[in-house]
Amino acid sequence: MSLTLLNVIVAVVIAIAFAAANAAYLVWAERRGAARIQRRPGPNINGPFGLLQPPLDGIKLMTKQLMIPGGADKILFMVAPVLAMAPAIMSFVTIPFSKGIAAHNMEIGVLMIFAFASMGAMAILFAGWGSRNKYSVMASVRAVSQNVSYEIPMLITAITVVMVNGSMDLKAISTAQAGGFWHWNIFPSLHSPLMPISFIIFFICSLAETNRAPFDLGEAESELVAGFHTEYGSMGFGLFFMGEYANIVIGASLTTILFLGGWDCPFGMFPGVWWFLLKIYLLIATFIWIRWTFPRTTIYGLLNLSWKILIPISLFNLLLTAGLLKVF
Amino acid sequence: MSTPIQLRPDETFILNVGPQHPATHGVLRVKMEMDGEYIVKSETVLGYIHRMHEKMGENRTYAQYLPNLSRLDYLGALGYTHGHVLAIERAAGIEVPERAEYIRAITVELNRVASHLFWFGAFVMDLGGFSPLMYAIQDREHILDMLEAVTGARLTYCYYRFGGLYNDIDDDFIEAAKRFIPRMRKSLKKYAALVTGNIIFQKRLEGIAPVSAEMCRKYGATGPVARGSGINFDVRKNEPYSVYPEFDFDVPVYHECDSMARYKVRMDEMEQSLRIIEQGLEKLPGGPIMAEKKPKNIKLPVGDFYQAVETARGSFGIRIVSDGDKNAYRLKLRSPTYSNMHLFDEACEGMLIMDALAFMGSLDLVIPEMDR
Repeated sequence: MSLTLLNVIVAVVIAIAFAAANAAYLVWAERRGAARIQRRPGPNINGPFGLLQPPLDGIKLMTKQLMIPGGADKILFMVAPVLAMAPAIMSFVTIPFSKGIAAHNMEIGVLMIFAFASMGAMAILFAGWGSRNKYSVMASVRAVSQNVSYEIPMLITAITVVMVNGSMDLKAISTAQAGGFWHWNIFPSLHSPLMPISFIIFFICSLAETNRAPFDLGEAESELVAGFHTEYGSMGFGLFFMGEYANIVIGASLTTILFLGGWDCPFGMFPGVWWFLLKIYLLIATFIWIRWTFPRTTIYGLLNLSWKILIPISLFNLLLTAGLLKVF
Repeated sequence: MSTPIQLRPDETFILNVGPQHPATHGVLRVKMEMDGEYIVKSETVLGYIHRMHEKMGENRTYAQYLPNLSRLDYLGALGYTHGHVLAIERAAGIEVPERAEYIRAITVELNRVASHLFWFGAFVMDLGGFSPLMYAIQDREHILDMLEAVTGARLTYCYYRFGGLYNDIDDDFIEAAKRFIPRMRKSLKKYAALVTGNIIFQKRLEGIAPVSAEMCRKYGATGPVARGSGINFDVRKNEPYSVYPEFDFDVPVYHECDSMARYKVRMDEMEQSLRIIEQGLEKLPGGPIMAEKKPKNIKLPVGDFYQAVETARGSFGIRIVSDGDKNAYRLKLRSPTYSNMHLFDEACEGMLIMDALAFMGSLDLVIPEMDR
């Protein structure tokens, strides 16, 4: 019993460390990537290639005074950043990086990650409401309606994958796709001919779920100043920022596991954690690339895309897959 | 402790956009009455950066007032000084050598391209796309370098003098300008492919924020805003000044009246400006750059003088009432964005805040020029 407890504690500490390191260095990667796209150097002063920038940024944020605006709801204001970061870390616990590397494997891994992901919307709502700032409230209402409407097609698509693989266990889903790229879920099979479309829907939804451009309506800086974290400074802002990047890693990991075969090698050789990491970082690079190339969508365009296009297609796909599974 | 906020379902709230807000690009304040994300009523509040340029014009001699004009619009400063020197020259009857007029036209058009480039970057940034700004600034940098070499300043130029220019352009400038034109044409093609062709960009601008021609006339809007609403008016064509009649160029006019039309007008204008620069460099005559007979202390005859020029933002007018003294009795500046801005209150009623701020970007506002 105590050994299991120790195991869980060690696993959680490793998950926190992984999430924090990823969040910090993805900020660096994003800034360097953005700079490359915009033909400028980016952070390159501190350390080789500016690699010391993230820890120094962290020190700067931590030494700043934590300000609570007058009239703000103190409890909600303080809880919100923690609530943004904690579910993201918890989601890491169940993600299998390879056959042997997973903090704690669960039979309902998919369900657990989605349950934690929907808590992110609560953090944004608390932050917006607790700040007592008109811009923050508007931004949080936007972000929540966006999260709610994009969770539906994302879940329906995930259910399609779960039905095809017959399990909610992330490890089992990955193992079922082993043996070369033609076994991956992204390729259409007899049971699921529309899988590539599902992949695109899932990718768009994970962009929207993490409030990334072109769906960054919650923090549209040219309209709503800084959106729901306008009033946050110090580590409160830092936690929101890290939570965003941790969520990006979760989104990329989930896409990799559900569609791209997890740790499987595309040619059936040397499967292992390196393939998993390669896949998620390629997906994250795509996230960064998209962010710095596209302008922002409108709120009605965004909701129309979800309710009028993505949900009908994903529902049709679900029904088709269910029918084909029954027939064959 | 916090007190609960009680709102009725039909209640509106006031949102102060500015004076410090990232979308207004300066100290402009717009008081918006909001119903959720929709604007019920909007009221523009100006005057946060008023510097009494018109009063200064009455206290200073005409020559002393010259640098003030370039402090109005820091992005397209040459057009404003051009208006002032033209007004004085016409009133005092000073003959300007042809070479000087050609150089003025070339530099003003270069400045117009620079101004539109910066607007292009800032406008796409308002829509959430950050990267085009960096590319636009890089192209603009070439123009600023060229102008710095001949005028000595990068933004607030004081290059024109009554009767001519401060100094002549050299071969380096001509070479650089000739190199710049094909480079800029290539960039414009790139912008058309990467930005204008983007589906999100088109969806955000097409059919959004219609400004009718009647509304433009009502508020006195000029420049690209009016030309995007189908009004074919350009001071360079309709009330020609300087050497503009000798150039062959078109005035782009779009009839869609939406934000996209205003965007396209400016993008086409850059190409037309390049054509003017090309012809100007070709036809550039030799000779002096300063009038020979020019009074040392300029005193205008008693009277009322007005000169309009087409700047990057629209029609800029300067009215000088002289009582024969060495400074003006009354001086009035008609700045284009002041009129263009006042469309905003009427046009944005019932719009979503994000469309309204995109619309504000498409008006190309420079706040110091509006407040003077």
